[in-house]
Amino acid sequence: MAENALRVEHIAKRFGAVTALRDVSMHLAKGEVLGLIGDNGAGKSTLMKIICGFHPPDAGKIFLNGDEVSLRSVDHARSLGIDTVYQDLALVNELSVYHNMFLNREVVRWPLLNNRIMRRLAKQHLDDMGVSVPSVDVEVAKLSGGQRQAIAVARSVYSEARVLLLDEPLAAMGAKEGRLILDLVRDLKRKGDVSIMIIAHNYGQILEVCDRVNLLQHGTITLDKPTSETSVAELTDLVVAEYRASRTRRLEDQSGQSSQSG
Amino acid sequence: MAEVEATLPARRRSLARRAADEFLRRREASILLVAIGLAAYFQVAKPVFLSRGNLVTLSQYVAPVAIIAAGEVLLLVSGEIDLSVGSVYTLAPFLMHYAIDYYHSPAIPAILLVLLVGALIGLINGLVTVALRVPSFVTTLGTLFAINGITLLTSHAYPAEIPASAAGIGRWLGRADWSELTWAVLIVALFHTVLTSTRWGLHTIAVGGNLVGASEAGVRVGRVKVANFMITSTLGALVGMLEAFRVNTIDPSAGGTEIMFAAVAASVIGGTALAGGSGTIIGAFIGALVLGTLRDGFNLIGISAEAFDLILGIAILGAMISNVHLARLRRAGRT
Repeated sequence: MAENALRVEHIAKRFGAVTALRDVSMHLAKGEVLGLIGDNGAGKSTLMKIICGFHPPDAGKIFLNGDEVSLRSVDHARSLGIDTVYQDLALVNELSVYHNMFLNREVVRWPLLNNRIMRRLAKQHLDDMGVSVPSVDVEVAKLSGGQRQAIAVARSVYSEARVLLLDEPLAAMGAKEGRLILDLVRDLKRKGDVSIMIIAHNYGQILEVCDRVNLLQHGTITLDKPTSETSVAELTDLVVAEYRASRTRRLEDQSGQSSQSG
Repeated sequence: MAEVEATLPARRRSLARRAADEFLRRREASILLVAIGLAAYFQVAKPVFLSRGNLVTLSQYVAPVAIIAAGEVLLLVSGEIDLSVGSVYTLAPFLMHYAIDYYHSPAIPAILLVLLVGALIGLINGLVTVALRVPSFVTTLGTLFAINGITLLTSHAYPAEIPASAAGIGRWLGRADWSELTWAVLIVALFHTVLTSTRWGLHTIAVGGNLVGASEAGVRVGRVKVANFMITSTLGALVGMLEAFRVNTIDPSAGGTEIMFAAVAASVIGGTALAGGSGTIIGAFIGALVLGTLRDGFNLIGISAEAFDLILGIAILGAMISNVHLARLRRAGRT
């Protein structure tokens, strides 16, 4: 078997008294699209922020193409080819599409920005990816949610990301807009240069582009199956069962506390 | 009416309309029209308005405010504000006086030292805001009083004279008629270019527009903010010295909150958003021009100083209300 693009082993992370991740081990093969799903508070965002270098893990190891790495910062992770498209998109509304595409990796003819080249490259790259915007000069604030997401993805791919993390890519997006993103992921999969991890809370639509699914519950991976061997129904049952169990636990805790105090 | 339009060549008409659209789309447009309107009004009311002597006076109202506003716009765009810059302005010429008269420093090193102290005060403002997470409004409110206290304690609240050894260089630093305006134009041109056409400006907008997003993209958001604080304080120190040379005395009651609020007002009137992410230094310059024109014009036509604040307040509100609505129109893609 070829080396995994990304592998993490026994990752743990606490924030004060809260344990966000207990023990997470997972992998992402080259060119694979993995769906990481789980309910709110399961630890998806924390895991993602560890993989992209934002948080250091308390314990555990991260391997990139088989080599262990210690991610010092988001910049460092990005320089190694791990890039993230966040839920909040990290786009600056007040800047044009092409300035956003080149944010923090601007083309400069010192001391000035080389807007001509950035504009041309951005246009060319968006055309290549089949992302259509009215103009690369337009402020991002004027674009639709789907267009913004597509630009954020295009930006990461353009920066030569090899491992791409997509955080809730279809959140707050209509069916037609969602289709745009799913097509984009399919295109990337066909080209096979990037490995993609999609973090999602609503996974119905996501599953159709994923090769494999990991279910994260209570800070650990509780299910790892190829998409073909699972279904929305099975996943939903697992999530709902877990939700019920945690709710029962919480109610018991509360009644326990109130009987103690009473 | 329709006939006249029909006789106009269609291409020329659309070109004229495009030019008009392009002009109106610029944030500075509305305020520039106000400035021109005011100047025209005062020129008609008092033909002396555009005389050389009055233009010098006008430039001396405008320049200090415009220079400080250039820094203030950078800060506002990056989502912060500096209330202490007026206190730096007051302290700066005293520091020059101490260095030259008490420590026998030559003039030029003393002036450079003062600019360095200005940058240092900005560094403190920036670090307290960024590293200790005190909102800049509060940080600089604190340093406003603290620096003012230093000025009063060290000067015993007495004015001082410009050191004789600095008088020569003073001609270049505010004493000559157009010296202040020249500095203002150079500084405004420099920082306008920085804000619109350099990496630094792009990052400043990104930091104010989407702080989390900018840091996720790897922009060093803290460094951008701290350096913008340093720029603003340094400009405050420079203007304090320019003004001391101009009036030929070092006055512990000069500057202060008045110049600071004038600079913030000029920025806001010129179209800079207090919420961060957008602003224009040329706009702030025109804003300063409007404030200066109002003040100078009122003096000429004999409106009392008491009425000035009232008119200024109304002017700020009017400019802001029209800005908000113009911005809405721009977003709708209509203008």
